[in-house]
Amino acid sequence: MKFAVIVFPGSNGDIDMFHAIKDELGEEVEYVPHTADSLAGFDGILLPGGFSYGDYLRTGAIARFSNVMGEVVKAANEGVPVLGVCNGFQILLEAGLLPGAMRRNRELAFICKPAQLVVENNKTMFTSGYEIGETITIPIAHGEGNYYCDEETMKLLKQNNQIVFTYDGENPNGSLEGIAGITNENGNVLGMMPHPERAVDKLLGSADGLKLFQSIVRNWRENHVVNA
Amino acid sequence: MYKVKVYITLRESVLDPQGTAVKSSLHSMSYDTVSDVRIGKYMELTIEKNNQDIDALVKEMCERLLANTVIEDYSYEIEEVVSL
Repeated sequence: MKFAVIVFPGSNGDIDMFHAIKDELGEEVEYVPHTADSLAGFDGILLPGGFSYGDYLRTGAIARFSNVMGEVVKAANEGVPVLGVCNGFQILLEAGLLPGAMRRNRELAFICKPAQLVVENNKTMFTSGYEIGETITIPIAHGEGNYYCDEETMKLLKQNNQIVFTYDGENPNGSLEGIAGITNENGNVLGMMPHPERAVDKLLGSADGLKLFQSIVRNWRENHVVNA
Repeated sequence: MYKVKVYITLRESVLDPQGTAVKSSLHSMSYDTVSDVRIGKYMELTIEKNNQDIDALVKEMCERLLANTVIEDYSYEIEEVVSL
């Protein structure tokens, strides 16, 4: 399986993402600049964390209009797995690939620490390797992870099982319903504030994030490789 | 030439963490009559005049980029500047 790591001006989680795929997962991966016209040949798309375009105006607001995003939207609509982490999640929200928006953290501070997450839905291509209700440790590092959507949208998120990860116990940022990650209705686009790519080896404090990438690959192989 | 002033605020229904922090600071300074603080953004746009409908143009820019209408409201004032 071949992954694209999209690099925006101001991305800083791109190298972690690349490392997780190449060295820990053992799959093919390439950096793709924000200026790219095509994502042909890629089986999965990864939007890394960082501060794209300096987070000017709003987080993700300017990145969503960068050249490559038209291709990301196209691929997402074709069912290609798209994972947005942290700033990548914010970009997916601004691009309208996921519903809702981000507000500043409730306490206004940038939070950087390991977070305990509950796997709320393991019937997605991203989480099939986890147990339902399993608690995992994945680090967070953000100033705007306070997820918001209106009541109508929240109803739909619950109805369609789009809430994939929630914070266990203490809600670090004020996010509605403790939401840490959601998918689109089709289930092929996942946005999450915690960084699974920074939890792929016990040396990093946790290897719980690796299962997420392994799930993507396993599901992709089942659908794309004959006699897998 | 147009001078356009755009005001972006968080929607009434959305809790404003910055506004809440500023309000409690004002309260601690004994400005007890302050019942609410909302923090927003103010932008000034200078736009060249052509045949476009300026009102529709500004509205479109607000909807597409300047505001995120999931959490923000916007308003604007358009002033035509006649160069001397």
